[in-house]
Amino acid sequence: MNLLKILPIVLLLAASGAIAAGDEVKLDRAPIDERNLISLQRGAQVFVNYCLTCHGANYMRYNRLQDLGLTEQQIRDNLIFTDAKIGDLMKIGMDSKDSKAWFGVSPPDLTVVARSRASHAGSGADWLYTYLRSFYRDSSRPSGWNNAVFPNVGMPHVLWQLQGEQVMQDAKVQGPGFVKTEHRLALSKPGTMTPVEYDQLVADLVNYMSYMAEPARHSRKTLGIYVLLFLGLMFVLAYLLKKEFWKDVH
Amino acid sequence: MAATQKQPVTSAGPFNGVLTWVDQRFPLIQLWKDHLSEYYAPKNFNFWYYFGGLAMVVLVLQIVTGIFLTMHYKPDAASAFASVEYIMRDVSGGWLIRYMHSTGASAFFVVVYLHMYRALMYGSYRQPRELIWIFGMVIYLCLMAEAFFGYLLPWGQMSFWGAQVIINLFDALPLIGPDLSLWIRGDYVVSDATLNRFFAFHVIAIPLVLLGLVAAHIMALHEVGSNNPDGVEIKALKDPQTGHPVDGIPFHPYYTVKDTLGVVVFAIVFSTILFFMPEFGGYFLEYNNFIPADPLKTPSHIAPVWYFTPYYSILRAATEDFMWALAAGVVAFVALIILTVKNKTLKMGAVAGGAVVLVAFFAIEAKVWGVVLMGAATLIFFLLPWLDQSPVKSIRYKGGLFKSALAIFTIDFIVLGYFGTQPVTTAGTLISQIFTLIYFAFFALMPWYSKMDKTRPVPQRVTQ
Repeated sequence: MNLLKILPIVLLLAASGAIAAGDEVKLDRAPIDERNLISLQRGAQVFVNYCLTCHGANYMRYNRLQDLGLTEQQIRDNLIFTDAKIGDLMKIGMDSKDSKAWFGVSPPDLTVVARSRASHAGSGADWLYTYLRSFYRDSSRPSGWNNAVFPNVGMPHVLWQLQGEQVMQDAKVQGPGFVKTEHRLALSKPGTMTPVEYDQLVADLVNYMSYMAEPARHSRKTLGIYVLLFLGLMFVLAYLLKKEFWKDVH
Repeated sequence: MAATQKQPVTSAGPFNGVLTWVDQRFPLIQLWKDHLSEYYAPKNFNFWYYFGGLAMVVLVLQIVTGIFLTMHYKPDAASAFASVEYIMRDVSGGWLIRYMHSTGASAFFVVVYLHMYRALMYGSYRQPRELIWIFGMVIYLCLMAEAFFGYLLPWGQMSFWGAQVIINLFDALPLIGPDLSLWIRGDYVVSDATLNRFFAFHVIAIPLVLLGLVAAHIMALHEVGSNNPDGVEIKALKDPQTGHPVDGIPFHPYYTVKDTLGVVVFAIVFSTILFFMPEFGGYFLEYNNFIPADPLKTPSHIAPVWYFTPYYSILRAATEDFMWALAAGVVAFVALIILTVKNKTLKMGAVAGGAVVLVAFFAIEAKVWGVVLMGAATLIFFLLPWLDQSPVKSIRYKGGLFKSALAIFTIDFIVLGYFGTQPVTTAGTLISQIFTLIYFAFFALMPWYSKMDKTRPVPQRVTQ
């Protein structure tokens, strides 16, 4: 069969095409733990302080944050800065038409961004974790900031006081048989946090955003284990029942 | 009085009285016997025979979860996306219902594809089961429509742009195209009007048709009896005393208990996906669909959900250059008919048909042919009962030719499916084009290779 001979070659061609298509930035793995309540609480705090001024989380209710081990009073005292009630959605006051006029695009809603940013390159959390650590100074941009993961992004580096300022440098590296140029981020002006502290802060924030994108995730997995245990038992019973009934079929 | 002449029910213990009362007014016992306790099914069903029953289980699952979803979902462009997130967050158990429905949609296609593949392997579409196959194919088409309409409802970017792309296909049709697509959308772009009508189709029109077709599919099946992995007609050999097929066993209890086991195994696989990977790597729930629909922002890469991707590849394969390859294929096919068929009328018809198609290939733009090819790729399955000219039904007794053809077709379908998920590349398009030709060759050449094939003798009775 000629076709069968051609097939591996065709598949190989296909694979090379697929590789050529993948020119995205390599994402760092977000070091997050959905069961770490301290991290989630800190992430929520960073989120309401830094993100929830321009970005809304219009599908998330404040009182849902009780999932993170907080009481309603704690949420009211520490995480609600507006006149929102505890059962309200995490909306912002900024009009999307105004923000579009000011920034060129209105800041997107962030409730499920940790799901929508997922791709074959990594989870949405990985993308956010890499993105929030990849801002660099770029005088050609209106905001003065650019981003290695999201080129020409509209958002300035909101966390710059914490991280400091990065610049994009061209570094000559010895490739396999030739010298190639690589773009690398380097810290040019330190912020109030060390790089390790900043990475931890971003990880906590991303941990929270990942939770917010699917608050039911934890209960989903927990319930899943019970369901599978039940089905395992059902399997044994169904198997024995079938065996018993089919004894006389030859 | 016919009703009172019926025998009272005696084997149901405390329910004898009630059942007798019902049975004298409704053919309860007769239905039970005809379709379960005295419906004789071949005793040699294997793994592949689970999927018909599973398809029914998934249908019920989709209907039940769908009913609960409609209680909270809002078919309104302004609030549809938010209402889905509301179900995921604020409705008790809403996330579970929603994931069951979204995983169920993909599971439906998995079991239906495997069910159809079973028919391909064991010749279940062959005489006298042509109508079962045709009902089944109409079910498959309805299922695709159901999935397409349903996919718009979450009103995410992929929902919106997927629908936009597919409806725009109709735009390409000559003469009526633009009016037709406008009529389908009810607006110049996919909008609230489109969402509302798709909701109506998804929750009532198509499910109603589906249920009727499933009933027809099963009635036709129970009329002629099930095929089996050996392709032996079990009704041909009956026990002279009982009058039942010697290789048949009553569906109930044998296959009810066996299918129960199958349902449990299916539920284990289904639950593993539902509870631990509901997005299934972006194939069951596409990542872009977590962005609300935005008519002003076209995503860089629009891919349909996995179950449509083989056809999407075929659609995208039709370029100007490809029409030459397709034309060559048509010429070769007509030549084959002229050289091998004796029937004069058929020869003339093939030449005339071929000539018309050739002119049309270059008179009408390639984009239209993409749509036609995509449609043909789904509809061509209808012809299988008449394309397969093999003297045997089951692949067990077919020869190397048919086996190779089916193996190539299987790989072909998967490769086309893969490229349908990928952004367009030159290599990808070329491969899709080659595999599109192979796809159609599998069907077009079947009358020849299935006849030339060296088959083995079919046994009298089913084997174990």
